Amino acid sequence: MQQYSGFGLLKHSLSYHENWQRVWSNPTPKKHYDVVIIGGGGHGLATAYYLAKEHGITNIAVIEKGYLGGGNTARNTTIVRSNYLWDEASHLYEHSLKLWEGLAQELNYNLMFSQRGVLNLGHTLQDMRDIERRVNANRLNGIDGEVLTTAQVQEMVPILDCSKGARYPVMGASWQARAGTARHDAVAWGFARAADALGVDLLQQTEVTGIRRKDGAVEGVETNRGFISASKVACVAAGNSSVIAKMVGMELPLESHPLQAMVSEPLKPILDTVVMSNHVHGYVSQSDKGDLVIGAGIDGYTGYGQRGSFNVVEHTIAAIIEMFPIFSRVRLNRAWGGIVDTCPDACPIISKTHIKGLYFNCGWGTGGFKATPGAGHVFAHTIAHDEPHPLAKPFSIDRFTSGELIDEHGAAGVAH
Amino acid sequence: MLLIHCPYCEEMREEEEFSPAGQAHIERPLNPEELSDEQWARYLFFRKNPRGLHHEMWLHAAGCRKYFNMTRNTVTYQIMETYKMGLKPSVTASEEGQS
Repeated sequence: MQQYSGFGLLKHSLSYHENWQRVWSNPTPKKHYDVVIIGGGGHGLATAYYLAKEHGITNIAVIEKGYLGGGNTARNTTIVRSNYLWDEASHLYEHSLKLWEGLAQELNYNLMFSQRGVLNLGHTLQDMRDIERRVNANRLNGIDGEVLTTAQVQEMVPILDCSKGARYPVMGASWQARAGTARHDAVAWGFARAADALGVDLLQQTEVTGIRRKDGAVEGVETNRGFISASKVACVAAGNSSVIAKMVGMELPLESHPLQAMVSEPLKPILDTVVMSNHVHGYVSQSDKGDLVIGAGIDGYTGYGQRGSFNVVEHTIAAIIEMFPIFSRVRLNRAWGGIVDTCPDACPIISKTHIKGLYFNCGWGTGGFKATPGAGHVFAHTIAHDEPHPLAKPFSIDRFTSGELIDEHGAAGVAH
Repeated sequence: MLLIHCPYCEEMREEEEFSPAGQAHIERPLNPEELSDEQWARYLFFRKNPRGLHHEMWLHAAGCRKYFNMTRNTVTYQIMETYKMGLKPSVTASEEGQS
């Protein structure tokens, strides 16, 4: 793999940038792999990368029915943070944030990772109590966090309407300075390139149609390019996890919903942090290109169409304009929907299953992007050792029968 | 925007008047103390999440405030029917060749 560097850029400029190496290869499927990963999104690619790098398993295929990073990874609002409430979730997301901090160097790929900080606004007394509780919980877990007053919030974001006359006045906020944003496509591409360099086969336009089993263990996957034998199969199919589970007669405690997001036309720099509000429900940041990236909610009903209801968009825009009256004449460029698989307790499933050699990483709901490196890292460990990584253990599928749920609705950001 | 026929009001109204209330036809177990943890978890948390026909419960929140059932395709969003609580759906997944 060619190293990207300033010198390389200069060198390639001499040949009009026509001789850059392909970022990843397009191999034909082998007959057998040690691990087959279903799903070529951020999580699947990160899992492949860490399996190859940390556990020395390089005979891996990542199977993607569309193209790499073309699913939910390309359909989120790029926010990275770790200010979750419960210990289990906090540790997992903080593990991920720590990996984010060195990831661009490690992958030798510009992820445009920017620790511009995240504000979570409070609009009611109860919001403020929840914020104080969450910031205290974060700090006890060694995660940075601060409670800001209205005046501090106003100083940080001058364009935010902090007046008392607002319909939902800003009473304060939680602030995580290490949080921020990353370029979502680049994350998938960076992991794909690094995994490819370690010998992982990235199979695009390959759709899994069935999972073959023998004596309670997986044998491999049926695809539209023929049968591929595998000792272990790891499913990272986000919104389609239930569909994959059905292939082996398994049911998962998931419901799939469309989650929408939208971007505006590009503006000059005006917002240098991420502003989220659970109460009025809207979150916004400005990308490096200048467009406002706005996140909306999920549809209340289940759906697999990659679009959402108009009333959800309307509700979100109302909230954003309420907070930022200055945006009222900004035009939206486009809106889109991704399919998120939500768990009853708003926490993911990273788990072995009762079928030997079959693993699931799913149920991230609205929070999967920020966890990409961390989830890939702990999931790779779980697959390689056939034992859950200590950080992944609380997220086992068994928690729904044992009752050890991790009720993360408050910190998840989007009601689901 | 879905246009939904409320079987009680007998009118087509816009989606915003309604709130979805999850999967329909879930029966509360009559013998909860005899259930195993697995059976109890199944009742509480495990829901059908089909790619295709789905029977779900809706509330006409800004109308008659009654719950009713709906058969809807989760891929095309086509509403096949709405029917009153206690009734059985006339369109079912097996008839459509789906499971």
